[in-house]
Amino acid sequence: MITAGVDVGNKYTKVVVMKDGQVLSKYMVLSGFDQQQAAEEAYTRALAEAGVAREEVRCVLATGAGKGAVTFANDTITEVGADAKGAVFLFPSGRTIIDVGAEEGRAIKCDEKGRIVDFAINEKCAAGAGSFTEAMARALEVPLEEMGPLALQSSKVIPMNAQCAVFAESEVVSLIHSRVTKEDISKAVHDAIASRIISMARRVGVEKDLVMTGGVGRNVGFVKALGEGLEMAVLVPGEPEYVSALGAALAAAERAAG
Amino acid sequence: MVVNQADKPKEYWRWTEYNWFDPSRDWRKAKIISGGVDVGSVSTQAVIMLDGELYAYSNMRTGSDSPDSAIKAMKWAMENTGMKMEDLTYTVGTGYGRVNVPFANKTVTEIACHARGANYMYGSTVRTVLDMGGQDCKAIRCDEKGKVVSFLMNDKCAAGTGRGMEVFANLLAVSIEEVGEMSLQVEKEPPPVSSTCVVFAKTEATGLLRAGWPKERVLAAYCSAMAHRVVSLLERNGVERDFAITGGIAKNIGVVSRIEKELNLKALKPRYDTQIAGALGAALFAKALVEKGKG
Amino acid sequence: MFANYGYKDGSGEFFISVDTGRCAGCPDKGCVEACPEQVLEVITDDYDDQVIAVREEHRKKIKYSCAPCKPTGGTKEIPCVAACRLGGLRHSW
Ligand code: SF4
Ligand code: SF4
Repeated sequence: MITAGVDVGNKYTKVVVMKDGQVLSKYMVLSGFDQQQAAEEAYTRALAEAGVAREEVRCVLATGAGKGAVTFANDTITEVGADAKGAVFLFPSGRTIIDVGAEEGRAIKCDEKGRIVDFAINEKCAAGAGSFTEAMARALEVPLEEMGPLALQSSKVIPMNAQCAVFAESEVVSLIHSRVTKEDISKAVHDAIASRIISMARRVGVEKDLVMTGGVGRNVGFVKALGEGLEMAVLVPGEPEYVSALGAALAAAERAAG
Repeated sequence: MVVNQADKPKEYWRWTEYNWFDPSRDWRKAKIISGGVDVGSVSTQAVIMLDGELYAYSNMRTGSDSPDSAIKAMKWAMENTGMKMEDLTYTVGTGYGRVNVPFANKTVTEIACHARGANYMYGSTVRTVLDMGGQDCKAIRCDEKGKVVSFLMNDKCAAGTGRGMEVFANLLAVSIEEVGEMSLQVEKEPPPVSSTCVVFAKTEATGLLRAGWPKERVLAAYCSAMAHRVVSLLERNGVERDFAITGGIAKNIGVVSRIEKELNLKALKPRYDTQIAGALGAALFAKALVEKGKG
Repeated sequence: MFANYGYKDGSGEFFISVDTGRCAGCPDKGCVEACPEQVLEVITDDYDDQVIAVREEHRKKIKYSCAPCKPTGGTKEIPCVAACRLGGLRHSW
């Protein structure tokens, strides 16, 4: 049976096509301002890559902030639901899932079947999500991808006072002026965002194993700060941004099977 | 992202610094010369009062060194008056950098100073004061003496502050002093920008510009979102007549008119510069402290 | 006076409100001791009353500072509010 999951995030739209528990193809496009079109494009490309015709897909589930824009989906699934499903599929031992995307941070506690026990969300404030690092990268004039590796080169602890992405930008600029190195600033940025995500995660009660999903999972600086803060190993899948779409495709298979 | 150093953006958020004094009065005849300095994160104001009457003031950007900014602002307020720092009987420091006013005899919180300053500026009927500063937003309710009844301060989030407005001024390449006027040049009020967060609102605005919205329409959408946010803060603290707005954004007609509309309440017409409320309140506290014998 | 400490940002409203009229008359200020995160302190306010306030360093991150007292599971009594016998302390969230 072939199914698909579409995750329309604030920044990227991701599609995963699956057949009998195996991933056939994945595709990702920028969500842009026309989410419907982005979903359509990503889906068409993913199907082409899998060599599957539209009619062959039994069920499509949409998730993510723009899930309502996926006109071709049979139904939707909540972001937390999709997240948990995908994460536990990849790491069956995963009980706590931390998902940090561009505009949202989430902490989910689930059981061995990927069923949700509890969750907490940080939403609509850039200081508690991936956008924070992006804004700081801009202030530092460093490409986003380099922020994580830069942070790994520092072991200094510099507290950041601003709790807002906009004010933090000025703080970064004044740190630059006082000749603090980019490595140290970058670490301070990751420590700051990780501490916010950690206190949110503590509200659900963090249990082993801890899985990190979402685009920010690619950021080694953040993952390190998270692991150190929670004193716990962090499991990160190879392509963390696809976990929700994967979860949606898995849930689609369950629904189609009845 | 490639940043071209030669092509740094123009600083559209820059505003003009100024000072003023009343040449018709002679400070040498005053019994109490009280000073107030409000060191904010963006701007610093100094006020001098002669026996409780406003005599001189200045408004400057806060430099990286707060003590230095405080001294500079006070000296600038004294420009052309012939007054020297030693001539001040008593000075109160306030604002976020209040501990950094080296010549202050005492510090008082900006909340208490704003209430007191607004009471002087707008008269004793003022019950609700909204102060919109560069990096914060305060809602204050006070009694007829200018004593605080309740307050709420939001300095965590850039939304609803001058800083948030600056981000938009920069994005649209419009001077901060013009955004208000410009936002009113729309025939029909567009729906407000839906994100509260300045970072996300900026992304939203970029999309609107790309979709062909003219600048004034985008500004209108942001000004009304900002007004809405500020009103929700005011309402949490309680709103009572009369109502006054102080701080830098009080000069932004685009935001002020939308706040008035949403509250269905007109703000009192300012008789003084709206940015000096905190420093003025500090100078009033200074005078009262001298009279109480604490000076 | 009602002193509201905290903030509102894109994710919600997080304020601790102190009714300083009641608080000033409280001799023991039990809430300060009761708080496991040292969020509260006793200050002398601008009108010379001894009242409690949220410490400066917590005001912009109160949602996170108070997170341990507010598990998503809920039901747990909030220590500071429980310790206040005069009803002078309230949380907005
Ligand atoms: S403006 Fe700052 S504090 Fe406000 S919601 Fe955005 S990032 Fe958060
Ligand atoms: S909720 Fe907990 S952490 Fe917050 S002030 Fe009260 S006792 Fe302290």
